Amino acid sequence: MTTATLSPTIVQNFDLFAPKLVDREEYFSWGHRACQGCAEALAIRLMCKALGRDTIITNATGCMEVISSLYPTTAWKLPWIHVAFPNAAAVASGVEAGLAALHRKGKIPDKRVKSVAIGGDGGTMDIGFQSLSGAMERGHDILYVCLDNEAYMNTGIQRSSGTPFLGATTTSPAGKKISGNQVWKKNVMEIMVAHNIPYAATASPSYPIDFMNKVKKARAIKGPAYIHCLVPCPTGWRIPSEKSIQYGRLAYETGVFPIYEVEDGKYRFTLPVPEKRRPVEDYLKGQGRFRHVTPDQVKLIQERVDVEWEALLIKMERSKSYTEIREQLKK
Amino acid sequence: MGKLVGMEVALAAAEAAALCRFEVAAVYPITPQSHVAEHLSDIVNDGRVDASFITVEGEHSALSAVIGASATGARVITATSSQGLLYMGEVMPIASGMRLPIVMIVANRAVSSPINIWNDHSDIMPMRDTGWITIFAENGQDAVDMVIQAYKIAENRDVMLPVIVTMDGFQLTHVVEPINIPDQEEVDRFLPPYNPYATLHPDRPISMGTLGMPEIFPEAQKAKDVALVNSIRVIKEVWDEWERLFGRKYEAVETYRTDDADVALLTMGSMGETAEVAVDELRRQDVKAGLVKIKLWRPFPFEDLKKALKGIRVLAVTDRAVSFGGPGGPVFSEVRSALYDEDVRPKIANFIIGLGGRDVQVGDFVTMVKRAAEGKLAEPYEFYGVRG
Ligand SMILES: Cc1ncc(C[n+]2csc(CCOP(=O)(O)OP(=O)(O)O)c2C)c(N)n1
Ligand SMILES: [Mg+2]
Repeated sequence: MTTATLSPTIVQNFDLFAPKLVDREEYFSWGHRACQGCAEALAIRLMCKALGRDTIITNATGCMEVISSLYPTTAWKLPWIHVAFPNAAAVASGVEAGLAALHRKGKIPDKRVKSVAIGGDGGTMDIGFQSLSGAMERGHDILYVCLDNEAYMNTGIQRSSGTPFLGATTTSPAGKKISGNQVWKKNVMEIMVAHNIPYAATASPSYPIDFMNKVKKARAIKGPAYIHCLVPCPTGWRIPSEKSIQYGRLAYETGVFPIYEVEDGKYRFTLPVPEKRRPVEDYLKGQGRFRHVTPDQVKLIQERVDVEWEALLIKMERSKSYTEIREQLKK
Repeated sequence: MGKLVGMEVALAAAEAAALCRFEVAAVYPITPQSHVAEHLSDIVNDGRVDASFITVEGEHSALSAVIGASATGARVITATSSQGLLYMGEVMPIASGMRLPIVMIVANRAVSSPINIWNDHSDIMPMRDTGWITIFAENGQDAVDMVIQAYKIAENRDVMLPVIVTMDGFQLTHVVEPINIPDQEEVDRFLPPYNPYATLHPDRPISMGTLGMPEIFPEAQKAKDVALVNSIRVIKEVWDEWERLFGRKYEAVETYRTDDADVALLTMGSMGETAEVAVDELRRQDVKAGLVKIKLWRPFPFEDLKKALKGIRVLAVTDRAVSFGGPGGPVFSEVRSALYDEDVRPKIANFIIGLGGRDVQVGDFVTMVKRAAEGKLAEPYEFYGVRG
């Protein structure tokens, strides 16, 4: 799905012209040590542009912390802190609480500084899940961005709860008896929605303006916000490094990774919805991690994606914002 | 001047933190620490300090949250016990490595298994090498004074390390004692607002907690050790100042009737007071007994200990934790190693006592001293009064 397939009215959409308005400042500097084609690093670069300078980043242990902070160098032009693997959300809540206290007491300049936590799928969905849930539930004014490359890449491509069904990793290898990851990917986006936070969204650096708009929106919200960003990893997915953007698009166009937002309880697609989703096979083929997948298994995946897509459509059509519901109840 | 009040020690310790005008607290409840968490919450919710209390979902997050807050330049407090302290274990050396002046109250409790909520030192001992300054309170007054002193020590530019003030669970935290609570003005005079060296703020972006390769990692470790070793100077300065301002004296190693003593007991924590009574009893029985109390566990006060033990022929070291399969209790191995290079050194016996809240009475200390003096010990260490 490209701009060419869009309806003419969309041309009036301001968003399409927004690239010109993107901050030229690089808050995440070049010269870091990420692999070629790393969409996770790209996502951070875009995210920082959308956040602007009045931001403090808390980074969970993982590829991004490793490639960006090799002492005595740093790729970060924003204030940045890394503490450990499981606790980015907890640290970010402390950052927020500290800033708030110092602000109240007039000890720091009077401006809004946003506390933003980032973590990989492992640091978010697995080992960091408790601290994420705690921080979201407590209502801190923080944004959490999960950079989901669907495995523990930093430690050598081991399986996480973000690894897709049948995806081969070093701890879910395509063996002779058991072939790839045997369970379906955990849907953390929906779990975040269930925390009743004001804003949750999925995104992809393959749709940079959409992603940045979401980051901006989440930044502006006073309260917890969550963005789940799918970031193709050429090394871990076994794809050519120049294809990571393309695979990000295919993930959306096939419906494998729907891109949407939930604001105040209301579901909304944020990108033009593909009239006809491409077959999942388009997404699976060419990725070394799915090389062993049989045609029957492709059908199984297709069926699951179809069901999940339909379930999501129902939410898109039926869901109402809490504000709307409140108004309705008043009548 | 302060005010003499009768107060539960856990609450008094929280009051001390309030006098320091902490700005962020993140505490997860666990017996016997919970009264600290509850009282800090009361203090914040009653608006007695302008602070946030983060009701974290676990101790790992408690310490992580105060790390984040401390990194912004806020004065912070956390507290825990036992399983909670072990749960913080991953983050403990990070807090000290990042040189953040966090203060933590630990209400000592046994670690599982079997699960046991009562007092011993098996929670604090595994934290020995995490790079935190660790100070043992013996009574309620210690607890209050040491919490206030802790901020002054931690925030000193030559130190910049987190500090644990550790106090025996129940035996100390839950007793009501007469305690002099200093006035706010006095504490304000003693403890200026925290003036951080570097903070997380967009006006001066820095990276904290970066990756250290083999080319720099050992230097970072050495720097932490040097800071910890050197902190003893600042700790003593702070204690001297405290004595001048508040009239209460603190020492890394305290002695009781050791001047002419032949045999001495060594304790850490609240059992020191019981041991004093035992020494008096032994003196009545013409045993030349004395008592040595270690108050500063990290940095270990080698010189003070050697000085305190001058002339002691036999030393009975008590431990409230076990180093399973090791040379004896952790205090014992530390003390013995501290004396290794001395030409004249006491014979040392090690009694492991009071595990999981097992009562230790005056008579027990009397027996330990007599047995040690007679040289009747189960070498190299003995689980005193334990069946099996
Ligand atoms: C407590 C703990 N367990 C394990 C590790 C080892 N570890 C470091 S990063 C990592 C995986 C990171 O995966 P993810 O969060 O998905 O981030 P990615 O590297 O893929 O960006 C693991 C297992 C650790 N640092 N700390
Ligand atoms: Mg990952």
